[in-house]
Amino acid sequence: MRMNKHLPSALETSSRRQFVRSVIYGGLAFYGMPAFARASKPPLGHVVIVGAGFAGLTAAKYLREWSLGNIKVTIVEPNPQFISCPQSNLVLGGSRTLDDLSFSYALARKQHNLQWIKDAVTAVDIANKQVTLSRGSLRYDRLVLAPGVDFDYSRIPGMPAPIADIPHAWKAGKQTLQLRQQLESMPDGGVFVMTIPAGPYRCPPGPYERACQVAHYFKQYKPGSKVIILDANADITSKKGLFLQSFQGAYQGIIEYHNNSGILQLDTASKTIKTDFETVKADVLNVIPPQLAGKVAQTAGLANVDQRWCEVDFTTYASNVNSDVHIIGDSISAGLPKSAHMATSQAKICAAAIVDIQSGIPPNPLPVFANTCYSFVDDKQAMHVANVYRYDPAKKSMVSAEGGGVSTKATDQEGDYAQAWVQNIWADTLT
Amino acid sequence: MKRLHLSIALACSVTWIMPLSLYAQDNDAQNISHAITTLAASCAACHGPQGNSLGGTPTLAALNKDYFIQRMQGFKNGSISSTVMHHHAKGLKDEEITALANYFALQQRHTPTVAPHQSFQGAQ
Ligand SMILES: Cc1cc2nc3c(=O)[nH]c(=O)nc-3n(C[C@H](O)[C@H](O)[C@H](O)COP(=O)(O)OP(=O)(O)OC[C@H]3O[C@@H](n4cnc5c(N)ncnc54)[C@H](O)[C@@H]3O)c2cc1C
Repeated sequence: MRMNKHLPSALETSSRRQFVRSVIYGGLAFYGMPAFARASKPPLGHVVIVGAGFAGLTAAKYLREWSLGNIKVTIVEPNPQFISCPQSNLVLGGSRTLDDLSFSYALARKQHNLQWIKDAVTAVDIANKQVTLSRGSLRYDRLVLAPGVDFDYSRIPGMPAPIADIPHAWKAGKQTLQLRQQLESMPDGGVFVMTIPAGPYRCPPGPYERACQVAHYFKQYKPGSKVIILDANADITSKKGLFLQSFQGAYQGIIEYHNNSGILQLDTASKTIKTDFETVKADVLNVIPPQLAGKVAQTAGLANVDQRWCEVDFTTYASNVNSDVHIIGDSISAGLPKSAHMATSQAKICAAAIVDIQSGIPPNPLPVFANTCYSFVDDKQAMHVANVYRYDPAKKSMVSAEGGGVSTKATDQEGDYAQAWVQNIWADTLT
Repeated sequence: MKRLHLSIALACSVTWIMPLSLYAQDNDAQNISHAITTLAASCAACHGPQGNSLGGTPTLAALNKDYFIQRMQGFKNGSISSTVMHHHAKGLKDEEITALANYFALQQRHTPTVAPHQSFQGAQ
């Protein structure tokens, strides 16, 4: 069991990598070599990763670490920096700023010697193992798609395309700030309406956490205002009992929860929504659109579940449509919560499997991982849902092990744990 | 680490065979090692990269093996109360707890790097 002794630190990795390379390349130094020499074939092949979110960036790091630098990794990502969705609801509540959630990619890039292309992949040529970017193309031995979610406006009656003053804020960034500003400009006594799409969608407890954060802000600064949740689902989809404690406790009279309330018709000009039961007018409207796999996965023909999500083999995350393409993160159909913790765990299983496949070793047939997800109900108190998941070969899926569960109530202590969680997952992903 | 370097050097000079991955160095009990490496890696979200926590949760790197097992078994059988960890410990097999204890005991303890903050640049 030599390998378990110690996963090398970044410094040691690079010195060892240098050593490994100098042997492989017949005693020539690898770094600082002219381009023609550097272009020589990496020993375990070239992996192209599309998207540097939680899933893609984690896969890149662990592919490099676990292959001891013998897999070349190229990341394609259009965004200039990493913005964390986790805790972005706290920007609405006022206890976080977007700066707190914004990070540079530079350290991860340097630490793991990643090739980085700031661009978007526009097409995948599966037969020729090649991706097209807006500028040029790239060949791969294995492709990892980690594009997150795409939004499906065609399913919103009355809002077939994005509307500038109706933000989703479901990808953290400008829209998060816009929504916060709309809440700040709204007079006391106003109504904030949030619509939740039918599942699956990114971060099942996220909308209810958002409702609590907005209510937390209202309670302090606009006590006459209301939060109305129009949920297309039959019930609260995550941590139900815990969120009800808040809706009926601290936010009694502020939050109204309406289930089975999908949008029948939306008038974007007056911000009015008709459901099966009522017509609601919003002062600030937050439409969280129905979701599906990232566009690049759809156009590559890999979204083979309801034409929305991608089916994969959970031992390798290889697409069931084409096994040279791996898909991780929010784009896959897994029957599991689409969370950052899940995305990173999938990325690690996928990275280990790719290292094995490229080394001619069979991948671990029975992967196991843990998932913890915290939600904040105000600026301090949080609650969790935690489970171990293990692969069930008969069901061909990741199944939650016995013994998992949720908090009994939201507490300050769990708020501290949730802060520790976010610091640690950021560090794991971005360094 | 030194020993690892040495063994790589030795393997190279004697047989000219290079390990191309962390896994390839390890021929015995391969699947267990795989499984534990990736399972342990999923602990990083709360306990930091390779068990080196940035604070607020215990550091697992270089933790005494017996202490790890004692705590985890305690969470599992309910004799030690916890807020979150019982939900993980109860889902793990005894042999996984032991293997995780071994894994973390062998990790080097160091101060982890904080993720590099950068002010929001306005895009996206
Ligand atoms: C409000 C909110 C709160 C949340 N809170 C939590 C939480 O507390 N805990 C938790 O675990 N999870 C949380 N989540 C969920 C979490 O953010 C997602 O599950 C996670 O980001 C998924 O990671 P991903 O890598 O699949 O996608 P993303 O992180 O979205 O990354 C996808 C990346 O791919 C890039 N990309 C897309 N298309 C292309 C292309 N064609 N070419 C190149 N690059 C491309 C994008 O630019 C992006 O950077 C929350 C989500 C939201 C919206």
